[in-house]
Amino acid sequence: MAEGSMNEDVLRTAQSWHDAGQRVALATVTATWGSSPRPVGSLLAVREDGTFEGSVSGGCIEGAVIGEAQGAMSDGKVRNLEFSVSNETAWEVGLTCGGTVRVFVEPLS
Amino acid sequence: MKAATLRALNQARDEKRAVILATWLDTGEERLIGLDDSVEEDIAAAVSEAFAHDRSTTIEIDGRDLFLNVFNPPLRLIVVGAVHVAQPLATLAKTVGYDVTIVDPRRAWSDPARFPGIRVLSTWPDDALKTLDLDHRTAVATLTHDPKIDDPALHVALRSPVFYVGSLGSRRTHAKRLDRLHESGFSTAETGRINAPIGLDIGARTHAEIALSVMAQVVAAQHGKL
Repeated sequence: MAEGSMNEDVLRTAQSWHDAGQRVALATVTATWGSSPRPVGSLLAVREDGTFEGSVSGGCIEGAVIGEAQGAMSDGKVRNLEFSVSNETAWEVGLTCGGTVRVFVEPLS
Repeated sequence: MKAATLRALNQARDEKRAVILATWLDTGEERLIGLDDSVEEDIAAAVSEAFAHDRSTTIEIDGRDLFLNVFNPPLRLIVVGAVHVAQPLATLAKTVGYDVTIVDPRRAWSDPARFPGIRVLSTWPDDALKTLDLDHRTAVATLTHDPKIDDPALHVALRSPVFYVGSLGSRRTHAKRLDRLHESGFSTAETGRINAPIGLDIGARTHAEIALSVMAQVVAAQHGKL
């Protein structure tokens, strides 16, 4: 699929960061309900300094996910996050589409 | 994820092998499953469905969530005819994530300099298509409207499992094409697979607009929306 080719770049970037001795975490969309800007399987790679590549939402929740990814790098634990936003509050919280997305965050070890 | 798993996953992608990354969402333990690997009975159906429909999904096994992330090799578009429309079509298809091959036996057209970064084969399409292993993740578009070049390609494509066949040319050109194919023994069911005139009707006029209408039709076919 199209996102496969984008994911490929994310995974290569994650590997090159790891090979360069950086700490890395990966975030993956594992489920979506309602309209969602990125399909299940979409990936985001995060480096310990907060540099990232890829996307799990098209920009709305990346900030929160990157913070959790940095947490996963320091404590070595995985996380399952859920972001759910109604259409009415979408602008305040960030998911402009009003969908729900579940994101799995894991450190690369 | 273990770095070794990531390395193996990237290697599979490089070699264009289909794999699923299966991850237990509670512990983060993962493994790679290849297309031909045998798997436990309780996940076999979900694994084969994920491969077939290119659909990553979470399944529940004994109360635990197992996430299947599918990494299929890229979809392919084979363009017969290195004509003007082929240039923007190759670029668009590549942007959408397709692996593109252009086939044209006429060397003046199939000059690689006209298609930077795209695989171009200067061979007859029937020979080329037989070696390209046309499968259900492949689309074929014929663009020359020259029977000498398009027809041999259609002969191979129509008897293959490709998910899309489209042929450039007016309704009259296509009516003649159908006559020739039916004379060659193709059934109306077989020739009915040809999308012609090619492309979604978006009023396309320029080469780039026609390329856009073709690519949109290929995407629609792949998502079962035609």
